[in-house]
Amino acid sequence: MTDVDILIIGGGPAGLAAAIAAHEAGCRNVLLLEREPALGGILRQCIHAGFGMHVFKEDLTGPEYAQRFVRRFHELGLSAQCDTMVLSVTPDREVTAVSPAFGLQHFRAKAIVLAMGCRERTRGALQVPGWRPAGIYPAGQAQRFVNLDGWMPGRRVVILGSGDIGLIMARRMTLEGAKVLACVELMPFSSGLTRNVVQCLDDYGIPLLLSHTVTEIHGRERLEAVTVAQVDAQRKPLPGTDQRFECDTLLLSVGLIPENELSRAAGVRVSEVTCGPLVDEALQTSVPGIFACGNVLHVHDLVDHVTIESTEAGRQAAKYAQGQGEAGIPACQMLQIRDGAGVRGLVPQTVCAGRVADVLPLMFRPAAVFKDAAAVVRLDGEEVLRKRFRILTPGEMVRLVVPKEVLERHAGAGELTVGVEV
Amino acid sequence: MSERTVTCIGCPMGCRLRVTLEGGQVSAVDGAACGRGAAYARQECVCPTRQVTTLARVRGRREPLSVKTAQPVPKALIFACVEEIHRACVVPPVRIGDVVVKNVCGTGVDVVATMEAGVGVRI
Repeated sequence: MTDVDILIIGGGPAGLAAAIAAHEAGCRNVLLLEREPALGGILRQCIHAGFGMHVFKEDLTGPEYAQRFVRRFHELGLSAQCDTMVLSVTPDREVTAVSPAFGLQHFRAKAIVLAMGCRERTRGALQVPGWRPAGIYPAGQAQRFVNLDGWMPGRRVVILGSGDIGLIMARRMTLEGAKVLACVELMPFSSGLTRNVVQCLDDYGIPLLLSHTVTEIHGRERLEAVTVAQVDAQRKPLPGTDQRFECDTLLLSVGLIPENELSRAAGVRVSEVTCGPLVDEALQTSVPGIFACGNVLHVHDLVDHVTIESTEAGRQAAKYAQGQGEAGIPACQMLQIRDGAGVRGLVPQTVCAGRVADVLPLMFRPAAVFKDAAAVVRLDGEEVLRKRFRILTPGEMVRLVVPKEVLERHAGAGELTVGVEV
Repeated sequence: MSERTVTCIGCPMGCRLRVTLEGGQVSAVDGAACGRGAAYARQECVCPTRQVTTLARVRGRREPLSVKTAQPVPKALIFACVEEIHRACVVPPVRIGDVVVKNVCGTGVDVVATMEAGVGVRI
């Protein structure tokens, strides 16, 4: 059994930022475990630009963004163990891991930061009729094949779902010589960022078929074609709208799921809305000393937000490991955070107003597209903050900050809601 | 006088900009939340440019190297730039920012590595 102050699970942008923040907060015994052979997480395969506009005020590619943190990580003398798979986490913070280099290992940590990220929804979750031929991949898997391994999965491509990875892959496959026939989206709006629709589809004349879906998969050994049909308001295919696309590849960009098997086994309570742990203002889960940040907590669209969130998680984990967690601060009334109309997946879910340092960040996804709307924060029904937006869409997470003074002025409130008002 | 709507790609806001054109020149831009919007709309309606990110071959290695154009290139030259980058073969070691292709397609823009190859530390 090896004792560490802080154990971080996952070496992507969340784990790296948490480790750096924990070190900077004075923790010298920090260990990061990573399943892949290298640090950087999903950023390693995101070779497109658009990262870092908030954190660095620069437009960086994924590998460049990751490298800044990997370099800082090494400069600080932090240690990471790659090729290491965590098998279990217990509620009293004992961690079992396995790796080719060290075999089975046991760690005991004063604090743990969960930073395992998320994984893609697969065809199995969609129930599309047809055979199970080769040539159907989650878009992120295809991104890995192309960008890291140097393999092209196919030549004629249809993309189902307009999540950011699907849009990015439409452009990547086009630039590497494939023909992308269409991007098919079930909803009447894209779930990806607007700039990605413009830069990845419009630029290359790739049609975005909104309110459409794949209704049949053709081909036995290898994908040969897909049938695409328009859907009605209830998302049911409309008869007579079938189109057949001859293709050898179908990429799925139909959502991401936080990877919380380890968290659940550790007794961490998981939200049914975000599919990530329920956390308080310190990003601490329902198990004391276990913190969560990044895509394992809730799926982000901007890595900058992951970095900001994970820096806070690392700092809080350090406080906890140094025994300053709850001590010294009088127990205060917990505010319950609830989704109001038009809001889904608010994080955090509980807040102790007395422990908020200077601002309380609240993150959520709009439940639908709203134009000229306001996000309104209420404490026990009384409006305390209002922010106007020209557009709110489910594809773009909203981050609101509530100043500490606002919470202090309404001390004693029991419930905070955020709602969208048009 | 004509009007055109473009979607700003300067940041994730994706502002929808209403651009007024007079004699091929941009005379007004409306709907931008920040200064970048107006600049983008002017560029987009006169000479659209894009930063290109793609992959280059590395000698002695199967895995490709990710690269980018150091500045945006004219939109019409995207495929020509990608072809020229694909013809190149990079010799390791390569560090982030190293020039991989100089003056791609005569644009005056260099193509630079965005990851490292053969320098010992993998990311």
